[in-house]
Amino acid sequence: MSKKLIVLFLGLVPLLCTCFSPDTPSDRRVLVLLDDFAIKSSHSIFFNNLKSRGFDLDFKLADDPTISLQRYGQYLYDALILFSPTIERFGGSIDAAAILDFVDSGHDLIVAANSNASDLIREIATECGVDFDEDSSALVIDHSGYAVSATEGDHTLIASDDFIKSDVILGSEKIKAPVLFQGIGHSLNPSNSLVLKVLSASPSAYSANPKSKLTSPPSLTGTSMSLVSVVQARNNARILISGSLSMFSNRFFRSDVQKAGSPTKHDKSGNEQFVTELSKWVFHERGHLKAVNVKHHKVGEVDEPAIYRINDDLEYSVEIYEWSGKTWEPYVANDVQVQFYMMSPYVLKTLSTDNKGYYFTAFKVPDVYGVFQFKVEYERLGYTSLSLSKQIPVRPFRHNEYERFIPAAYPYYGAAFSMMAGFFIFTAVHLYHK
Amino acid sequence: MAASDAPNGDVLIRNAFGSVLAFLILLLIGVLAFSIRLFSVIKYESVIHEFDPYFNYRVTQFLTKNGIYDFWNWFDDRTWYPLGRVIGGTVYPGLTLTAGTLYWFLHSLNIPLSVETVCVFTAPIFSAFASWATFLLTKEVKGVGAGLTAAALLAMVPSYISRSVAGSYDNEAVAIFALIFTFYLYIKTLNTGSLFYATLNSLSYFYMVCSWGGYTFIINLIPMHVLLCIVTGRYSSRLYIAYAPLVVLGTLLAALVPVVGFNAVMTSEHFASFLVFIIIHVVALVYYIKGILSPKMFKVALALVVSIGLAVCCAMVAVIIALVASSPTKGWSGRSLSLLDPTYASKYIPIIASVSEHQPPTWPSYFMDINVLAFLIPAGIIACFSPLSDASLFAVLYIVLSVYFSGVMVRLMLVLAPAACILSGIALSQAFDVFTRSIKFQLPSLSDHSHIDARDASSENIVPDDTIKTDKSEDTPKERMTKRSKKKEKEPVEKPPTKFQIKKRLSVLPFEASIIAVILLVLLVAFYVVHCVWAAAEAYSAPSIVLTSHSNDGLHVFDDFREAYAWLSHNTDVDDKVASWWDYGYQTTAMANRTVIVDNNTWNNTHIATVGTAMSSPEKAAWEIFHSLDVKYVLVVFGGLVGYPSDDINKFLWMVRIGGGVFPHIKEPDYLRDGQYRIDSMATPTMLNCLMYKLSYYRFVETDGKAFDRVRRTEIGKKYFKLTHFEEVFTTHHWMVRIYKLKPPKNRIRGKNKKSKSKTSSTTTSKRKGTRRNPF
Repeated sequence: MSKKLIVLFLGLVPLLCTCFSPDTPSDRRVLVLLDDFAIKSSHSIFFNNLKSRGFDLDFKLADDPTISLQRYGQYLYDALILFSPTIERFGGSIDAAAILDFVDSGHDLIVAANSNASDLIREIATECGVDFDEDSSALVIDHSGYAVSATEGDHTLIASDDFIKSDVILGSEKIKAPVLFQGIGHSLNPSNSLVLKVLSASPSAYSANPKSKLTSPPSLTGTSMSLVSVVQARNNARILISGSLSMFSNRFFRSDVQKAGSPTKHDKSGNEQFVTELSKWVFHERGHLKAVNVKHHKVGEVDEPAIYRINDDLEYSVEIYEWSGKTWEPYVANDVQVQFYMMSPYVLKTLSTDNKGYYFTAFKVPDVYGVFQFKVEYERLGYTSLSLSKQIPVRPFRHNEYERFIPAAYPYYGAAFSMMAGFFIFTAVHLYHK
Repeated sequence: MAASDAPNGDVLIRNAFGSVLAFLILLLIGVLAFSIRLFSVIKYESVIHEFDPYFNYRVTQFLTKNGIYDFWNWFDDRTWYPLGRVIGGTVYPGLTLTAGTLYWFLHSLNIPLSVETVCVFTAPIFSAFASWATFLLTKEVKGVGAGLTAAALLAMVPSYISRSVAGSYDNEAVAIFALIFTFYLYIKTLNTGSLFYATLNSLSYFYMVCSWGGYTFIINLIPMHVLLCIVTGRYSSRLYIAYAPLVVLGTLLAALVPVVGFNAVMTSEHFASFLVFIIIHVVALVYYIKGILSPKMFKVALALVVSIGLAVCCAMVAVIIALVASSPTKGWSGRSLSLLDPTYASKYIPIIASVSEHQPPTWPSYFMDINVLAFLIPAGIIACFSPLSDASLFAVLYIVLSVYFSGVMVRLMLVLAPAACILSGIALSQAFDVFTRSIKFQLPSLSDHSHIDARDASSENIVPDDTIKTDKSEDTPKERMTKRSKKKEKEPVEKPPTKFQIKKRLSVLPFEASIIAVILLVLLVAFYVVHCVWAAAEAYSAPSIVLTSHSNDGLHVFDDFREAYAWLSHNTDVDDKVASWWDYGYQTTAMANRTVIVDNNTWNNTHIATVGTAMSSPEKAAWEIFHSLDVKYVLVVFGGLVGYPSDDINKFLWMVRIGGGVFPHIKEPDYLRDGQYRIDSMATPTMLNCLMYKLSYYRFVETDGKAFDRVRRTEIGKKYFKLTHFEEVFTTHHWMVRIYKLKPPKNRIRGKNKKSKSKTSSTTTSKRKGTRRNPF
């Protein structure tokens, strides 16, 4: 009955890929699928930024018949960037299902759509929990939050600064300027816990065809509409979905920005910082945790027992590290909790930490026997979810572990022995009296 | 009397010869009892049968591997996940310890039998012991002849065979022996008044308590007998010696068994013995006082004592009522309550009622299980009354009570069987005695004195022997015995004693009637033997894990259960949890060595109800329940393809009832159409969407294209459906066991846009309206 250590990195279980390893979770090889190679130059700042961070970009046309994600069952890439919003059919062996399998085996994905996004791109987005506006000619329009520009347009170029409040996803540095966005909006199912709105539309935004007259109320309006979203799947694969391809372009990166109604004019839009920080998160350079060395033992002992007894005192420890992009750094938090769990938590303790990634606590096994689990369920916004569980049975006392004599029972002992003595005397007297 | 006719040495030789003969017959009965139970090994193979025996087998394996202390303290974390079960404290250890001792004994003799072999043959060995114990008990009641007859009857009574064929390694296998032996020692003590036997009796009672929960039968029957003796004025010091040590020592010893513990003094099943214990002391005191006082004084004292005694009795009754009311479960466990009120269980405890062996038996099952004994019992009761002794009174009480209890639960037929054998043995033996005596005493007038029928001789042989020892009622014919013994009996031909003849002539029957009656009786017994052999060979030898069926094209063997368990043990992780209905829990832990959620030890109703609820819920709810219990695989038994009737669909209503008893959102009427349980196209939607239906009938239509269920004899209601939260991983050759795996939660959560919609291109306003209807 060897109790096996079950450490479940939720994402790292189906490891077909050898490169995306728990040791170095950052992606290395990235496949970029483009509509045409012009995008390679028009979005070069973004690509060069990635290259300078050590990524190995492989540019291919989306309808290139030679492209493939895997060979001999091994994935050739760690991540995929789809900058091909209009593609109806991928070349080679790739289709929507192949891309979703790619994600389901723990790889990352960036999808950018724009006003004429194809059904294929929409389907991939839908599968990830992001519903683009079904009206394919609709764009996000905001008559009060548009970006002021020289040519007064139809207010489809939006300057948005409604970011998600998370240092893990967007970096610790505040995004300085609004982000320029031009494209389609999407909605998220509020019950979907895996999808996060990174950039929301302003309350005055709506999604409609700017060229035609509005005949019926738009389906997507206000802050419920999202412009850029990220998904962290249960296997910790990360997906970035943006309704605008031009958000990544050199033009938007370099453009100045002034939000309508705002007096300040920024020399440079926030796009570069926003996209760079977001890509760091998507490619696991930030917010990736690992838990190792789960240990538990009785107080005063070192070895892990196969079974505990009720009311044993035990110590539990785990080490949690965060990937910084190059090395594993100690993860520091004061809200990591361990449960001693059997159908419901019997013990719930917050772990103390030594600020070097080592988390520990000590507690008494409850007075209940059964098959328990040490459970750490750590889910924080932007971080990979940690789900550790380790099964351990708890047994009742053995027959010889109870106290042999208890003070409360001395009257009974006395009664028993005096009875025996009395009976003996009585017998002797009765038999030999006459 | 007879001794005066025959020379002393002759009597001695005849006595010795009778003893040797009785010994040989007993030996043969033992061989018969053992060998009649080997049909299952010969016809099938040497395997453990059914469900509970697998648990006992697993426990025995643990015992032989880890020793007695680890067994005592065994906390099993592989059943009742995640609660676990303290096996050492919740199991009757008698059977396990017996087999373990047998195993160690054999190994110390360097006979390397496997644990399984020892377990398989424990029951036949103990049934031989049981028939010897029956001989001893009946001998105490009515003499050697009745004893031998009863032993032979018990050796092959079908009711007992059903629980003790080779491989049926269950508590009852040893418990019946312990039961009879305890009764024997009680009667022996009663007849001899020996404290030695009284002590042995307590020890034997201890063994019975170790072996089976049915020990409460003993601790209620014996007090009742004592009470009856007192009431009928049969109090004696022998009765006191037989009873008082048993209560004191027996209760102390019973409390040592972990599973009984304080129950021995706290539950009301035991209260009768304490009450009678008090009464017998009062009676003993009264007899003592009566002995030392003059009759006049005694009357005065009696009046005094009666008035005080009434007050004390009232107080005592009040105390007892208070005790019963304050003890846990009102002092009565559910199984005992259903003994007194047969409808109790089906009304209040579905988990007890769901077990087929807890149902009241049907009339045919009496004929099946005790056959002609049912007709011989009344004769036996009459024989017990002429003359009535303490011992024969006990036999009468035993049969009356066990007949009642067997009428409550099929399972307790097992307790009736020994009583029926004893009474029938007495009846047969008495009948043969009367008939052969009649023949014998009329024979000399018809023909030559020395020319005597074999039957006559045998009766003749024994009659004088026994009359010397005790009284005349104890003589014994041996007709029931095998031909071999008859042949042996022919040799000693004896001249009937004339004095005896005259005395007995008063009760002789006509010669022809006697001959015919003897022939008829022999025929009756022959039918019994034929029936028993048939029952042993055909009805009760199937191990139920391997099934066979005969059809036109020969014998079919269904070995699906072991196939499925082998699959589990080879293809799943050692810590995976397997959920199934509790019937298959013991087998899964023993054969597949996987952790189960519930098993046949139905100690936690809520946990079973949880599984029942999951099985009766729609797929998603069921998935959530199973997922919360860390279940990885779900196992269902399905007989629809081969026509195996005791499958999960037939048990399903019990799952609904048990589940609904704890979780009221499961309602039985939802699964019934107009009160009828059906799975065809008229079935209710709840039924067609529940997990059990889906797991049983998934892909069933692929077998014959029509999805015809051979057990329910109908086409199923919903033929084409997909599973979303479960996936089929294994189905055995005849589809009898199907194993499903829980799918992991989805890696991504899909958006709401329909695939078909996203594929139709271009924009329309109508489409927009469609999306607007979404609440989002």
